[in-house]
Amino acid sequence: MKLFIALTVLTGVMFIASLLVGYARIPLSAWLSAMFGQGNPLFVTVMQEIRLPRAVLAAMIGASLGLSGAAMQGFLRNPLAEPGLIGVSGSAALGAVIALQTGFAAAFFLALPISALAFAGGAVGLILLLAGPRGSSLTLILAGIAVSAFAAALTSLALNLSPNPYAASEIMFWMMGSVANRAMTHVWLAGPIMVLGWIALGGLGRGLDALTLGEDSAEAMGISLSRLRLQLLLGTAAAVGAATAVAGAVGFVGLVVPHILRRFVHGRPSTLLWASALGGAAMVLAADLVTRLVLPERDLKLGVVMALIGAPLFLHLIYKTRREFA
Amino acid sequence: MTLLSARSLTVRRGECPVVDEATFSVSAGECVGLIGPNGSGKTTLLRGALGLLPHEGHSSLAALPASDRAARVAWLPQLREIAWPMSVQRIVALGRLPHLARGATLRAADQAAVEAALCRMGLQDFRDRTATELSGGEQARVLIARTLAQDTPLLMADEPIAGLDPAAQIATLQVFETLAQEGNAVLTSLHDLSLAGRYCTRLIMMGAGRIVADGPPQDILTAERLAEVFHLRANIVPTPNGPLVQPLGVIA
Repeated sequence: MKLFIALTVLTGVMFIASLLVGYARIPLSAWLSAMFGQGNPLFVTVMQEIRLPRAVLAAMIGASLGLSGAAMQGFLRNPLAEPGLIGVSGSAALGAVIALQTGFAAAFFLALPISALAFAGGAVGLILLLAGPRGSSLTLILAGIAVSAFAAALTSLALNLSPNPYAASEIMFWMMGSVANRAMTHVWLAGPIMVLGWIALGGLGRGLDALTLGEDSAEAMGISLSRLRLQLLLGTAAAVGAATAVAGAVGFVGLVVPHILRRFVHGRPSTLLWASALGGAAMVLAADLVTRLVLPERDLKLGVVMALIGAPLFLHLIYKTRREFA
Repeated sequence: MTLLSARSLTVRRGECPVVDEATFSVSAGECVGLIGPNGSGKTTLLRGALGLLPHEGHSSLAALPASDRAARVAWLPQLREIAWPMSVQRIVALGRLPHLARGATLRAADQAAVEAALCRMGLQDFRDRTATELSGGEQARVLIARTLAQDTPLLMADEPIAGLDPAAQIATLQVFETLAQEGNAVLTSLHDLSLAGRYCTRLIMMGAGRIVADGPPQDILTAERLAEVFHLRANIVPTPNGPLVQPLGVIA
């Protein structure tokens, strides 16, 4: 309960900070009224159309990545698992790259995220086909690796064949991940899909708790493993696919956040689910703040900052826990 | 009251039957030991009877919906797995999961069942320890306590005492004996034939996927059967505490 309050407060503080910090200097007195469409119309535009969607998206993407990371680790009973493992984010990125490459992205406003979502959905279909209805978690991982590798190869091919350096650099920048210059339309497109994903993933707690004792024990306790797996795949695809579709690839959140919070929930996978959702939201909001506070004029990308924060954090965790594995 | 009945239960790996036409039952008040050499199909028989493997023939437990089955039988697999660093108490409390609605917290009755299970396995002083940091034998006792907390009429265990020290082996089998005396039933696979003879009310002997003998320990543990099924030359001494099996050599 204490953890819940602490994480909620942390996420709330990060969210408000995200609304306060930005290029345009908005006086604190005008800030709240601008948020609700009162006062200087310029401030209103900045607040409602630039900062609010950015903060909301950062929080939602962080929650999606944290939640699916915790679910994936719980299902595979491996602290090194992360949502990207099943190839959904790689496939969503491929969809976006193809949209950018073919010019489809310019056809209409949401063409890019829709293309990315379609590819994420396709990836899940392919994994289900490959892993089979009764397959073990090992076949799931292998199918995920195969799909990831294929998506990565096709993404490289698209870069390889890009007509000019500008197209290539556009793709490169998109792939680094960012929540800058997103509109409320992005929130309305990705939001409902992410929420569906959260519902699917949030319902996994009981099954993941039982899986602590292994697949046989869980099944004997009345947990249907094939249903659990399907729910995990669809939930991850919806949450991570939608996140990647609007923000590009943002790594490390799904890996690091559950890892940090596991100690605080005493290892319990069901509690770790919502804790990681809140923790992920706070972490991505924080990383996005960093992109705006450090080198604001150079358009630092969220995915880059996240990896720069995440990798040392992960190294530190390994350093601290190495005694357990020794 | 019959808690498990299996008729012509066959489990195949590919074409080859690993368990072949097994017919047996377990009634309340029994502690049934499943004995047989490695690869004779003990684990497969137990998992098949639970419905965890595709099978032919009938098993009363496998025929139940998964949630009903979890209220009738607790299962202790051979592979001892504790994936996350949770406290002993929380691991044992996982046994209450089939009895709880989604998202519900432990009720007083659940707490009592967890407490009773901890006491039976002598784990009161371990309750707040992190389960993954315990020794292998201690973890095994924690996992047995978890199945006890499920509080089912039937307990099925696959080599529960492997890797335990002698005192813990006897303590565990005494818990099983008590469970049977209280009107529950236990079906457990074992490798220690003397302990099986002492604590089980009945033995089922398997060889090459078939049930070769089923009856009271003194009738099952004979020199001829041990030679035929286990390829073991053994001295069998009848005692007031059941037959004592002293293996003397291997029959090539």
